[in-house]
Amino acid sequence: MHDHKGWPAAWRSPELKKNYDVVIIGAGGHGLATAYYLAKKHAVKNIAVLDKGWLGGGNTGRNTQVTRSNYYWPQSAAFFDHSLKLYEGLGRELNFNVMLSQRGVLTLAHSVHDLEGMRRWANAIRINKVDAEILTPAEVKKLVPMINLDCRFPVHGGFIQRRAGISRHDAVAWGFARAASSLGVDIIQQCEVTGFNIQSGRVTGVNTTRGTVEAEKISFSVAGNTSHIAKMAGFRVPITSMQLQAMVSEPIKPCLHTVLTSSVIHMYVSQSDRGELVFGGGADVYNSYAQRGGIPLLQENVAALLELIPAFSRLRLMRQWAGITDITPDTTPLMGHTPVQNLYFSGGWGTGGYKAIPAGGDTMAYTIANDRPHPLICDFGLDRFESGKLVDEGAASGVAH
Amino acid sequence: MLRIRCPWCGTRDEVEFNFGGESHITRPGLDADDALWSDYLFNKENPRGVHYEHWLHKYGCGRWFNIARDTLTHEIHAVYAMGDPKPELVEKIAGD
Ligand SMILES: Cc1cc2nc3c(=O)[nH]c(=O)nc-3n(C[C@H](O)[C@H](O)[C@H](O)COP(=O)(O)OP(=O)(O)OC[C@H]3O[C@@H](n4cnc5c(N)ncnc54)[C@H](O)[C@@H]3O)c2cc1C
Ligand SMILES: [Zn+2]
Repeated sequence: MHDHKGWPAAWRSPELKKNYDVVIIGAGGHGLATAYYLAKKHAVKNIAVLDKGWLGGGNTGRNTQVTRSNYYWPQSAAFFDHSLKLYEGLGRELNFNVMLSQRGVLTLAHSVHDLEGMRRWANAIRINKVDAEILTPAEVKKLVPMINLDCRFPVHGGFIQRRAGISRHDAVAWGFARAASSLGVDIIQQCEVTGFNIQSGRVTGVNTTRGTVEAEKISFSVAGNTSHIAKMAGFRVPITSMQLQAMVSEPIKPCLHTVLTSSVIHMYVSQSDRGELVFGGGADVYNSYAQRGGIPLLQENVAALLELIPAFSRLRLMRQWAGITDITPDTTPLMGHTPVQNLYFSGGWGTGGYKAIPAGGDTMAYTIANDRPHPLICDFGLDRFESGKLVDEGAASGVAH
Repeated sequence: MLRIRCPWCGTRDEVEFNFGGESHITRPGLDADDALWSDYLFNKENPRGVHYEHWLHKYGCGRWFNIARDTLTHEIHAVYAMGDPKPELVEKIAGD
């Protein structure tokens, strides 16, 4: 009716001040959510979130939006289920429609052994008080009528978490940004952090392309740049950065009503509300900061999709892109304290940190405000690599997102 | 698509190779404390810029070799033998 005129700004674009209580580096979902919960739950007033690009322009705006909590280890399940529960109320919390659609995530088994492993996995998940259900091939076929059960790796069944699903990633970034901004958080875009001021082991500020800022406490959540920023602060991290690709087809009528994933043929696919098929698979397995993605892996992803659903071979691929994912040795994130006093971080989210945004923000806000790890993340610290208490979630779940 | 020059077979497509990770990591002595040992086992250089790494020409001659590759541009600046020291890179190199 208004010809799209007269939209008010969703968030303020203030000038960078000289001094803050808390500075957060990285205006992705994690940084914005951390700022929001710090202001909302811990009454911290003077917060800035700095981003070298635009907010939500990192992995938060590049992912395939899958949200689930069917993790194997109790620590992971507790954390990711907290996140899923926050997602279930997020639209209301932020007064912003994040379009959460709990259409289920169906994981396929491609051999007898695969199915046995899945039964064990599903049982562990149920003991973790998260929903998981084993499906027969006929039940899989009923849910996804277009599937080719007799493919190169025949489908022996699968399991589904029905509460899992997808949401709209831009809305999550924008919703947290708007809500944080209205609580007084300064979001400063196009402001790159180039160094830290550290005095006798304690961080006191950051250097940026817009000048120097002092802060009581600083936290960074810079997916794809964790090693780079850690190096600026003088410590090393167990992270390898790799490109993860995703791609979409041209839009078609609704035909896929769940998120279909297979760790054996390494592919997952869902259909967006616009009708596009959104799919991806494994990462390009060499160190990279290029945000492009190579052709061989793109071909593998497409081949895997067509093996499972041959009818999709007629579709055109519309877009392909990549984000840089920071992979840890046990594929569990790195959260909490750093070796530098008053410097915190949340990183190593690898290929699966979108689903973690609300819980990541909530628990990091607690950690920063109280200078002590939130109970849900006390096993996710950097110190686990020295103590040996790894949370080997990659090996346990065999799924990369 | 990376095009990698195997020192024995010449330039081939990335799909013929397996990535082996960071090179020039030295194993500490057995008296290393936990901090040193975990740094050796887990921490990575992971630079945004030149990375010294090894690759296996798996579907070719089956041999390992080192390269110096820029992780931002994917440009390969040097190819050198396993066991050789890091090469001096003469060209102007992008990244940091
Ligand atoms: C293709 C793809 C598919 C994915 N699919 C899923 C999925 O289905 N489900 C799931 O749960 N997860 C998925 N992920 C992972 C998920 O996207 C990330 O784990 C998550 O978005 C990380 O959020 P973040 O806020 O930590 O990082 P980001 O959103 O990347 O934000 C980090 C921000 O830091 C900024 N920054 C970096 N360096 C500096 C600096 N020096 N100064 C200032 N700012 C800086 C960047 O500009 C960026 O905006 C996927 C990732 C990719 C790439
Ligand atoms: Zn060769």
